[in-house]
Amino acid sequence: MARRAALALSTVLLLATSTLTACSTEAPDSEKTGGGNSDGKITLGFAQVGAESGWRTANTKSIQESAKKAGITLKFSDAQQKQENQIKAIRGFIQQKVDVIAFSPVVESGWDTVLKEAKDAGIPVILTDRAVDSKDTSLYKTFLGSDFVKEGRSAGEWLTKEYADDKGPVNVVELQGTTGSAPANDRKAGFAEVVGKDDKFKVVASQTGDFTRAKGKEVMQAFLKSHKDIDVLYAHNDDMALGAIQAIEEAGKKPGKDIKIISIDGIKDAFVAMTEGKINVVVECNPLLGDQLMDLAKKVVDGEEVPPRVETEEGVFTQDQAEEALPNRQY
Amino acid sequence: MTNPPDRSARTGRPGAPTGAVPGAVLKRLAGHRLLWPSLVLLALLLGNLAFTHDFFDIRVQDGHLYGSLIDILQFGAPLILVALGMTMVIATRGIDLSVGSTVAIAGALACEHIAGSADPGSAGTVLGAVAVALGVAVVLGLCNGLLVARLGVQPIVATLILMVAGRGVAQLITDGQIITVRSEGYHLIGGGYWLTFPFAVLLAGAVVALTAFVTRRSALGLLIESVGGNPAAGRLAGIRAAGLLTLVYVFCALCAAVAGLMISSNVQSADGNNAGLWIELDAILAVVIGGTALTGGRFSLGGTVLGALIIQTLSTTVYTLGVPPQTTLVFKAFVVVVVCLVQSPVFRAKMSRRRGRPHTRSTGTADAVGRQQEVRA
Repeated sequence: MARRAALALSTVLLLATSTLTACSTEAPDSEKTGGGNSDGKITLGFAQVGAESGWRTANTKSIQESAKKAGITLKFSDAQQKQENQIKAIRGFIQQKVDVIAFSPVVESGWDTVLKEAKDAGIPVILTDRAVDSKDTSLYKTFLGSDFVKEGRSAGEWLTKEYADDKGPVNVVELQGTTGSAPANDRKAGFAEVVGKDDKFKVVASQTGDFTRAKGKEVMQAFLKSHKDIDVLYAHNDDMALGAIQAIEEAGKKPGKDIKIISIDGIKDAFVAMTEGKINVVVECNPLLGDQLMDLAKKVVDGEEVPPRVETEEGVFTQDQAEEALPNRQY
Repeated sequence: MTNPPDRSARTGRPGAPTGAVPGAVLKRLAGHRLLWPSLVLLALLLGNLAFTHDFFDIRVQDGHLYGSLIDILQFGAPLILVALGMTMVIATRGIDLSVGSTVAIAGALACEHIAGSADPGSAGTVLGAVAVALGVAVVLGLCNGLLVARLGVQPIVATLILMVAGRGVAQLITDGQIITVRSEGYHLIGGGYWLTFPFAVLLAGAVVALTAFVTRRSALGLLIESVGGNPAAGRLAGIRAAGLLTLVYVFCALCAAVAGLMISSNVQSADGNNAGLWIELDAILAVVIGGTALTGGRFSLGGTVLGALIIQTLSTTVYTLGVPPQTTLVFKAFVVVVVCLVQSPVFRAKMSRRRGRPHTRSTGTADAVGRQQEVRA
């Protein structure tokens, strides 16, 4: 009996997983109304990467809300981090004759065929958040997203300003993102470009923290033991910074004072830490690109010229702005 | 931990006589299975000392112990637990790939429970969260165990199901978000201190000691080994393999769940995507470094603990030496290959033959023969 019950339970568990994920992909589809150009409304087909992080969830929500606000019919599909799902979704959009297709490519390569199909069908394509490495730039109209190098530069600029009157040396430790990922490479490069101009800044240690809190804490603990005079921590995302803060506190130091902390992304928890004085500055990486996307979609459908690269609106937040900004943070 | 004299006496290994002559003691030590993992761990620690001169320093900071060695123990504690469960599964010639997902699910459930309660700091809430996580872990372990023991599914396939689906379940629980909890009581499990000692280390130590006691002081360890060593002979001897198999998978899931609580408690948040990612591979590696063969039939708890500590020390070494992240994996792979080679009796025998030392060669081969006999036994 017991064995049957457990078996049934495991089956139910597995079934529940598959149906629930299926629901989440299909639910937005049921909202579709009319489709095509029949009612004069623009129809946008959006193929999302998945729901792998809070950042991505905020990104999806922003697109859905902005579409509603702008009166654009949204056909939404969730690729669950798989390229083949995304290609299937885009082909589906082409068959349904949507007016414009937008998507965040899961990976950089392998898009030429499906993008050409869209082009042949006369449907313009907008890339959001992530780029493709296709040589033929006529395959898509524009790219809307963050400039990771610029984020790194903004972080570096805050640091040079903060230590403008300091003779130095200023010892910096860096927590990198996942090795080889575009945000990790670019944020490191942008920061090094600005900070490298002044000899007083020394990046004494730089290791990957895999964008996670647990790794951020573990690596920071090791940094604190092997380097006695750390002045600044530069973390490629907020989660690593939040992990590192715990390590710094356990070492008996004050995060934000004994060790200044620069972080990127702007998640809600980071703003809470900023109001507590534990993070000094957060460079925003904005997932709320819905409004900008709807703007671009309208322009592209109307045949207006759009720039080949549009950057999302992003700010740099310091401690004195944190209190005010916190209630408005959506992710 | 295991009791070496007791163990070698029980297995009656050649080349390990219990003489009182100093030479014989040395010889026995050289033939001991835990010698090589211990030496590797020592070498790694000394290597760190050369770079960071106060690497071995331990001081009291804000009422708790503070130092690199404490870090290694504290971050190693979850891996020790996961590897401990894995050791028992591997001893039955099985493998459990789902431990990483179980880690994520346990952390997610506990944090979800605490975040949803009115009083996150109270002992009742924390104990409730722990109970929920462990309860679900038992169910997950039962799923694995029943698939393997009753339906005869190969362990690697049976546990792969939960490995893939489990991470999805963890994400469903957390809704794809990272759940942050602020609860002092919960923080104690993985990041807190008790009598100046990291609580996680004490907890892991207690579980290891209890497991060693139960498996080595009763027939349980022998029965588990018999399931992996020779199932047919075990069945003829009247050993109920199905029950034992289910038991080890449940134990493995429970260990993983406690590790999951430690990991999420240490950073006071649950991350369904990343918590315990690839920890199953680290755990299998720890088991293998510790001298437990993947072919099953015998296990070494002390070896597993050493293996887990070697892996954690290796990570710390990478951070301390400043190995560039791009080459970290190559560096780790290199050390692991060296560890595996020095542990291989065949390799050691070859090396010593080349150096022309007949004495060492003879013990080396005897050791190899002894191992084969042991596996067959």
